[in-house]
Amino acid sequence: MPLLRIEGVAKSFGNFRAVDQLSLDIRAGEFFALLGPSGCGKTTLLRMLAGFETADEGRILLGGSDIAQVLPHERPVNMMFQNYALFPHLSVRDNIAFGLRRAGMARRDIATRVAEMVALVKLEGLEKRKPDQLSGGQRQRVALARSLARRPQVLLLDEPLAALDKKLRESTQGELMELQRRLGMTFIIVTHDQEEAMTMAGRIGVMDAGRLVQVATPRNLYEAPASRWIAEFVGDINLFNGQIAARENGRLTVSTAEAGALAVSELWPPVTKEMVSVGIRPEKVKLSRRAPASDAGASQTINRLEGVVTDVNYLGGVTSYRVKLETGAVVRSSMANTARLDVDAYLAGQRVVAWFTADDCLVLEQ
Amino acid sequence: MSARRIFARPARFAAIAPYLWMVLFFLVPFGFVLKISLSQTAIAQPPYTPVFDFTEGRAALAAAFAQLSFDNFRLLLQDNLYILSYLRSLVVAVTSTVVLLLIGYPIAYGMARLPQRWQGVAMMLVIVPFWTSFLIRIYAWINILQHDGLLNQILLALHIVSAPVVWLSTDSAMYLGIVYSYLPFMILPLYATLSKMDASLLEAAGDLGASPLQAFWLVTFPLSLPGVGAGALLCFIPIVGEFVIPDLLAGSNSLMIGQTLWLEFFTNKDWPVASAAAVALLLLLVPPLVLYDRLQRRQLAGGR
Repeated sequence: MPLLRIEGVAKSFGNFRAVDQLSLDIRAGEFFALLGPSGCGKTTLLRMLAGFETADEGRILLGGSDIAQVLPHERPVNMMFQNYALFPHLSVRDNIAFGLRRAGMARRDIATRVAEMVALVKLEGLEKRKPDQLSGGQRQRVALARSLARRPQVLLLDEPLAALDKKLRESTQGELMELQRRLGMTFIIVTHDQEEAMTMAGRIGVMDAGRLVQVATPRNLYEAPASRWIAEFVGDINLFNGQIAARENGRLTVSTAEAGALAVSELWPPVTKEMVSVGIRPEKVKLSRRAPASDAGASQTINRLEGVVTDVNYLGGVTSYRVKLETGAVVRSSMANTARLDVDAYLAGQRVVAWFTADDCLVLEQ
Repeated sequence: MSARRIFARPARFAAIAPYLWMVLFFLVPFGFVLKISLSQTAIAQPPYTPVFDFTEGRAALAAAFAQLSFDNFRLLLQDNLYILSYLRSLVVAVTSTVVLLLIGYPIAYGMARLPQRWQGVAMMLVIVPFWTSFLIRIYAWINILQHDGLLNQILLALHIVSAPVVWLSTDSAMYLGIVYSYLPFMILPLYATLSKMDASLLEAAGDLGASPLQAFWLVTFPLSLPGVGAGALLCFIPIVGEFVIPDLLAGSNSLMIGQTLWLEFFTNKDWPVASAAAVALLLLLVPPLVLYDRLQRRQLAGGR
């Protein structure tokens, strides 16, 4: 039995169907991310878990019992708000103690728990400050401590790091993961930032137009996206539309207008339609001056596309290239800068061969 | 700094404009009143001595100055008519302000929680009475409250009372008039603070285990205190000096300080005592203003 079971939940606002027949199981101790573009219903789903919205249809089971009728203030679930929603008239200490006082905890126990929480989020010495006397990062910690103080069964985090700058966001991601592991608590985070979801979550649920379109580990989401939409939403991808021309022992030949015939390894479950898209992630496209020979021994089929480099973007860790094929199509490639000095770097205008293996290709229904 | 340079810089002029206004329309008239309050009444034109005459030379001016005394202020303390008027004004103002808060807060709260498009309509409804002259509205109340007025007619028709009730010239009528007239001044600042309150704070309170009632007392109310202070002050201060409403609606057995002032000034023609009473009233209103300012400063420094 999962800790949290969402069964056929739907929610409409007027004519807009924010969440549409959504089912999902979340295990105890899991770090789960809901990822999707804005307006996809992920925040509405989170707010239904917190009890701020009621589902029109379906059930939400927590530890086996339906919580649909349980009011927010009676749920063993806490939420960390996107704007933190700290009480501006209360000190850090009183903000953290707020939920404990409502729970009727003894005064001495509250003091102990608050001290514990303050230490957990490293806010020692700031207990008497008011929220407007804190930096953005410190406010974020207070919000976290406040939502953790009641030791909820599930902690909901609504875009918790959106307001922080990049460096702080990265270090806070690590701290959140560490905290979740240490407390063994179940975290459900809502985010539109795929890197954030991939860094922190054990499993990611991708939402689009109120529906859950794929639930997978970060690797599977990226390397085996369930649809063309997900492949484009998560990360960068080159896509070539075409038709399946041949099919033999797990190897497809797709004839495309833009890149000719491409050899592709078939994924499970096999595609059923004839019209497909072949997808290849830019970092799996290598460039070379001469075409590499197929390694017949490893039975690695290699696709080769000849073209001219049009753009070179040096990004530090990687360099991304755009290669224009004779058909006019563009293939993007990104290659790691593994050496500080690269005398062999490709230049714009240079003729190259862009190549990738059949195993690195994704075949997606259009 | 020369006047020309001040006017050459519009921004600088804008910065001193309020001070200029205060000096011209408050400080200078207040100086006149203060001077008259230190003079003695006289059957003359103007009805007090001494009169400063700046053409008579320095010696005459010094002699006139020497005639000024605090006798009128002593009189205010000796004759309990004044002290009783002040006390009544304070009691009426405090009572009215409390009643206004009790009525105005729920209205402002309800307005702030209306859907956005209805909030403007509600705001209009609060302001609309201002389109009719204040005096006419008070006379309308006299009409409603008088012996054969609307209120008594309804009460008789419904057999709630068997004989007309005396409403006019009672404290109830006066409180009704005050609360009715000042309600918008209480509602508007309260509405301003309540409507800009972050709704997620209440959700956070609910999430952390506060019932809706607890969330109101622990979050909404404390955060609306600046509005409560502004509304209370905006009502309290003018009510202390209120003259028209008590004069038209209340009985004549106890007077508010505004009425006493009027009597001294127009009936007794005792300008100096009336001025002294006015100065004393102003001094009495300084402490609540300072207190409010201090509270607001602390709130600004403390957290927002």
